[in-house]
Amino acid sequence: MFFTYIGRELRRRMRQSIFIAIGLALGIGLVITVTAASAGVKNAQASVLHSLYGVGTDITVTKAPAAGSTGNGFGFGFRQSIGSTSRPKAGSKIDNNTLSAGGTLASLASSNVTSIAKMDNVAAAAGGLTLNDRMISGTVPALNFNGGGGGFSRGGSSSGGSGNPSSFGANFNINSFTVNGVDIANGELGPLSTGKVSSGRTFTTADNAADVALVDSSYATQNKLKVGSTIAVGNSKNAATNFKVVGIVSEPAGDNPADVYIPLGVAQSLANLKNDVNTIYVTASNSGDISSVASSISKAVPGSTVTDQNTLASEVTGSISSAASLANNLGKWLAIAVLIASFFLASLLTMAAVTRRIREFGTLKALGWKSRRIVFQVMGEAVAIGIVGGVIGVGLGFAGVALVNKFSSPLTASLASNTTGSATPGGARNFGGGGFGGGGGGGFPTSGTSGGNPFRGAFSNAARTAGTVTEHLHAPVTIVVIIVAVGLAILGGLIAGAFGGWRAARLRPADALSKVA
Amino acid sequence: MYKLTNVTKDYPKGRETVHALRGVNVEIPDGEWMAIQGPTGHGKTTLLQILGGLDRPTSGSVDFDGRHLARTREAQMTKVRASSIGFIFQTFNLIPTLSAQENVETALVPLGVSGASRRARAAEALNSLGLGDRLRHLPGELSGGQQQRVAIARALVKEPTVLLADEPTGNLDEDTRDEIIGLLEKLWQDNGLTMVIVTHDSSIARRAQRLGTMRNGKLTVKQTV
Repeated sequence: MFFTYIGRELRRRMRQSIFIAIGLALGIGLVITVTAASAGVKNAQASVLHSLYGVGTDITVTKAPAAGSTGNGFGFGFRQSIGSTSRPKAGSKIDNNTLSAGGTLASLASSNVTSIAKMDNVAAAAGGLTLNDRMISGTVPALNFNGGGGGFSRGGSSSGGSGNPSSFGANFNINSFTVNGVDIANGELGPLSTGKVSSGRTFTTADNAADVALVDSSYATQNKLKVGSTIAVGNSKNAATNFKVVGIVSEPAGDNPADVYIPLGVAQSLANLKNDVNTIYVTASNSGDISSVASSISKAVPGSTVTDQNTLASEVTGSISSAASLANNLGKWLAIAVLIASFFLASLLTMAAVTRRIREFGTLKALGWKSRRIVFQVMGEAVAIGIVGGVIGVGLGFAGVALVNKFSSPLTASLASNTTGSATPGGARNFGGGGFGGGGGGGFPTSGTSGGNPFRGAFSNAARTAGTVTEHLHAPVTIVVIIVAVGLAILGGLIAGAFGGWRAARLRPADALSKVA
Repeated sequence: MYKLTNVTKDYPKGRETVHALRGVNVEIPDGEWMAIQGPTGHGKTTLLQILGGLDRPTSGSVDFDGRHLARTREAQMTKVRASSIGFIFQTFNLIPTLSAQENVETALVPLGVSGASRRARAAEALNSLGLGDRLRHLPGELSGGQQQRVAIARALVKEPTVLLADEPTGNLDEDTRDEIIGLLEKLWQDNGLTMVIVTHDSSIARRAQRLGTMRNGKLTVKQTV
């Protein structure tokens, strides 16, 4: 009788039932769409952060160099660059290959890695050394006072300046690339964690002290390197060591990878930074511990910059950030507003329906129906409408999600350049300045991922984190979301039914029957 | 069966108080058929509702088979209505979305009768009233007389001891009226019911054992036979 009565009643007021169901469905559809879009944006953010940050890495620890310090880097002067305090004689040959930490990150003692690894709630910690290799080769030209400023050549070509074509810089080949010292014992953390070996192999523990290197695929293509090739890596004393390329590694888009990876111990030795690292990668035991671990590290390593994914996420800008804001703020409140409106509408219409059925309920009370049974009947009808609304809403939600997936523009994420504590102002990627040999304005165009830019290394850490990543939005609909959505629709029905039932329960049979008797 | 003593019923209407019943005293023994007549608005329906436990008196006592209905809790009153009292209304008051059989079943729902038994008893009741071929018809598909017969079946299917009818023929033509009254009279005789009928129709009132007249909330009763 219960279900028969519900079915017949809903059929009788079909139009009104459909109206209420569609109202609920719109709310539910919006909730599903917004929730899925929000989850999609979160996934995209996570993906961006992973690619910028490293799979498995929860926290990075770096240290900014002291103000005004350039560390043991190259500086801006040619003499400093070649390690000479006086101008070399004209005609003398220069062939330097220097490996240094640059001025972006200050060193941290390796012992910090061990002490962090022993901290509570830390699953693992690994050290890393981000270095820059710069090779300058050529012949020192005679001085030319005709004015104009030639710049350093890049791959042999002159850049900038309006001076004499036989400028100072034009006589030198300058090549620079980034080198990462990898903690092989904790290979799952650190700069290689996001990469895939596209040919050759990755490091093994046997490589700890070996002159072997992995090369980034882009750099390898650009420099025609392959497994088995050799690559010269400098040291702190301007001398080169040949490394055998044992693998080519591809990093995800947006990762701004290093060009060359070598074992950490070897990197420390070459850069004269034994017992030093400049980045520590940390994994917490579980995601809930990240904040407390970050806090503990800040205390344990004074002056360090501790970055976790939340810090990084807060510094992500671009359309991905706008989309997150849109989904989390406007979308959420819009969905809530529509839900409340639909609940309100359903309640009003249910109460109106009860009012129209006063005589019917009065008769049932006269027949001995308890108020509770009548309330259940009214609620049953409202819940049935809620279920129908929920089902339609799930359909609308899927349609909305499909539209979002199909028509949403790719999301871009940009990360501020100083997120790892770079002391470089603004993390500038184009650094202009006066060239050697005169008063003109030669410059160092530093865009591009590699090449002969001698300063690239100095900004490499900033460049690693500065960048724009494009992610396509994929809004997922999970079974949990569907269950919650249908639950909300039923809740809407229950609320509407509760109001209607409350009105029906308050009905005195004599009053109801007096309408007609 | 019923013993009403100094029953009054007042209710507010706007700023005024309507005195619907002004000290009604009456006894209705088991198995009696009593008709109540009177002008509109003089308390007939109010009296019927108090007899049926649909309303409570403002003062006085209503004794029904030893129960004081005026003091009975609502849950208990609902049980009394479900098991012992059958109602028939002028406008039939059938549920428009339910079939004739389902309408009759609604009277058995509060008694906890199982579905199969409910359907069987409802069909039997309708058969006995000549509506065996109308079980699945909706009220809208039945004539006035047929609808009232469904309402009678609904009132009697639970085998009540009391049948209260408020203008049961008010919406029917003359032939149908006679048919319905004849039917009620037969059921009253066959089932030993106590029957109270409110009516404006003197021809019906004359067939009752006693006739009560309500005027200004007061009831006077006389024998008709």
